[in-house]
Amino acid sequence: MSWKLFWLLVEAARLTILLSVISVSIGFLLSSLVCAAVMSTHRSARIAGKLFVSFFRGTPLLVQLLLIYYLLPQIGLNVPSEVAAIVGMSLCTAAYQAEILRGGFSSVPRGLIEAANMCGFSKFAIFRRIRLPIAVQLTIPALISEAIMMLKSSSLVSVVGVVELSRMAQDLAASTYRPLELFAAAGLIYLIINLVVAGFGLQLEKRMQWGRT
Amino acid sequence: MSAKPAIKVEKLVKRFGKTTVLEGIDLAVERGQVTCLIGPSGSGKSTLLRCIALLEEANEGFIEINGEPLGFASGPNGERVRLPSSETQKVRAHIGMVFQQFNLWPHMTALGNVTEALVTVRRMLRKDAEQRAMTQLSNVGLSDRAGHYPSELSGGQQQRVAIARALALDPDIMLFDEPTSSLDPELTGEVLAVMRDLAESGMTMLVVTHEIGFAASVGSKIVFLDQGKLIVEGKPEEVFGKPRHERIDQFLDTYLDRGAATLL
Ligand SMILES: Nc1ncnc2c1ncn2[C@@H]1O[C@H](COP(=O)(O)OP(=O)(O)OP(=O)(O)O)[C@@H](O)[C@H]1O
Ligand SMILES: [Mg+2]
Repeated sequence: MSWKLFWLLVEAARLTILLSVISVSIGFLLSSLVCAAVMSTHRSARIAGKLFVSFFRGTPLLVQLLLIYYLLPQIGLNVPSEVAAIVGMSLCTAAYQAEILRGGFSSVPRGLIEAANMCGFSKFAIFRRIRLPIAVQLTIPALISEAIMMLKSSSLVSVVGVVELSRMAQDLAASTYRPLELFAAAGLIYLIINLVVAGFGLQLEKRMQWGRT
Repeated sequence: MSAKPAIKVEKLVKRFGKTTVLEGIDLAVERGQVTCLIGPSGSGKSTLLRCIALLEEANEGFIEINGEPLGFASGPNGERVRLPSSETQKVRAHIGMVFQQFNLWPHMTALGNVTEALVTVRRMLRKDAEQRAMTQLSNVGLSDRAGHYPSELSGGQQQRVAIARALALDPDIMLFDEPTSSLDPELTGEVLAVMRDLAESGMTMLVVTHEIGFAASVGSKIVFLDQGKLIVEGKPEEVFGKPRHERIDQFLDTYLDRGAATLL
C-alpha cells in the first residue's frame, strides 16, 4: 500500500479522533446533568432523566444519528453532517456516562458522607470534596471503556455522510480493489488510538490509587 | 447552665417503618463523664447514638445538647417544633463522632483527613489548619504517619486518625459507636488507650461498646439497652456487681466472656 493511501487514512483518522474527543467531552458534561437529574429529589427531573437514558441506551446509535440528521433540518437547523454526527454521538454517550456516574455516586460508602456531615460540611462541600472525587475514581475504568466504545462507534457516522476512518477505508478499498490491506491498516490505526486512550486511562487510575499498591 | 447535662434525651421514640427501634428513651449524660451504652445486638444502641448525632431523625421526643434543643424544640403544648437548620448545625457542632468503620476519606492522607474540615468548614488557612492537625495527630501518637493514606494504615491507626479528626474541631461531647469492634484484638488496646486519655482529660463521652473491661474501668455510668428500652442504668459496680439484673446476667453470658465482669 502506498504512503499516499495510508496518509489519506491518517487524515480520516484525525476526523475520527476529533469527533470522538468532542462528543465524549460534551457527553461527559451532559452526563453530569443527566446524572444529577436522575438522582434528583424532584420527581419530574428524575422522570426526564430516566426517559433520556432509556431512549438513548435503548435505541441503536445508527437510528439516533439518522433521526437527528433528518430531524434538524425539519426544525430549521441546517447544519453540516459533522455537527449532526457530534450531536448524535454526544447524546448517546451522555446516556451511558450518566449511568456510569450514577453507579459511582451510589457506590460512595454512606459512612464517608456521614463523617463529613458530622464535621459540619454543607451538602455542596460534601459533593465537591467527598462524593465527586471518590465517584470519579470509582468510574475511571468504566468511563475509559466508554470512550473507547465511542471511538469505535464513530464509524457509524458515515451514514450521515461524514467520511471518517472506516468510511475512507471503504471508499479507498472500492477504488483501489485492495480491501484487505486498507481494512487491515484502518484496524491498526483504531487499535493504536485506543491503546493510547487505554494507556492514558491507566495513568489516571494510577494517579488516583491513594496509597493502595 | 452549668447544672444542665451535656446530653439530655427525653421520651425519644424512633421507628423504621413499622418497627419501633427506640421506645421512649430517657437519658442524661453528665458533663465530663464517660457514659457507656451496652446491650445485645439490635437493641438500638447505634440508633440512639445516631439520633443524638442527628444522623437519624427521631419520631418523637426531645434531645438537648448543653441545655440547647437539638433539631426540635418543645412548643407551648409540648408539641415538636422543627428548628431552623442553621441553629441545629450550631448545636451539632458541639458533637464529635467516631464510627465503627472509621469512615476516613480514602482520597486524603491522615493529615488531609484531619485538616479538611478545618479548611472547608471552619475556613482556617491551610497552614494553620495543618499545624492544628499535626498537634491532634501527635496526641494520638501518629505524627509519623501524617502523610499516609488510610489504605496504608492499620485499623487501629485509622481509628486513631478518626478520633484526631473529630477532636480537631474542638467538640465538647464525643460519641463513639463500637470504636474497636472492627479491629483485630491486638489493635483494640491502642484505641482504648487513646479513649482513656481523652476521658482523663475531662471530655464528655458517650460510648457504645462491647468492651466490658473498658466500660467497667473508665465508665462513670453504664446504661443497658434492651429491645429499644433503657432497662438498667447506674455506676459500673451497681450494674455489673451482684446481685445483677437478670437481663444483664444473660447478656454477659451470651455476648461476652464472663471473666471481665467477675473481675469486679
Ligand atoms: N436504617 C434502618 N432501617 C430499618 N431498620 C433499621 C435501620 N437501622 C437500624 N434498624 C433496625 O433497628 C434495630 C436496632 O438497630 P441498631 O443498629 O441500633 O442496633 P445496635 O444495638 O446498634 O446493634 P449492634 O450491636 O448489632 O450494632 C435493628 O433491629 C435494626 O435492624
Ligand atoms: Mg450498632
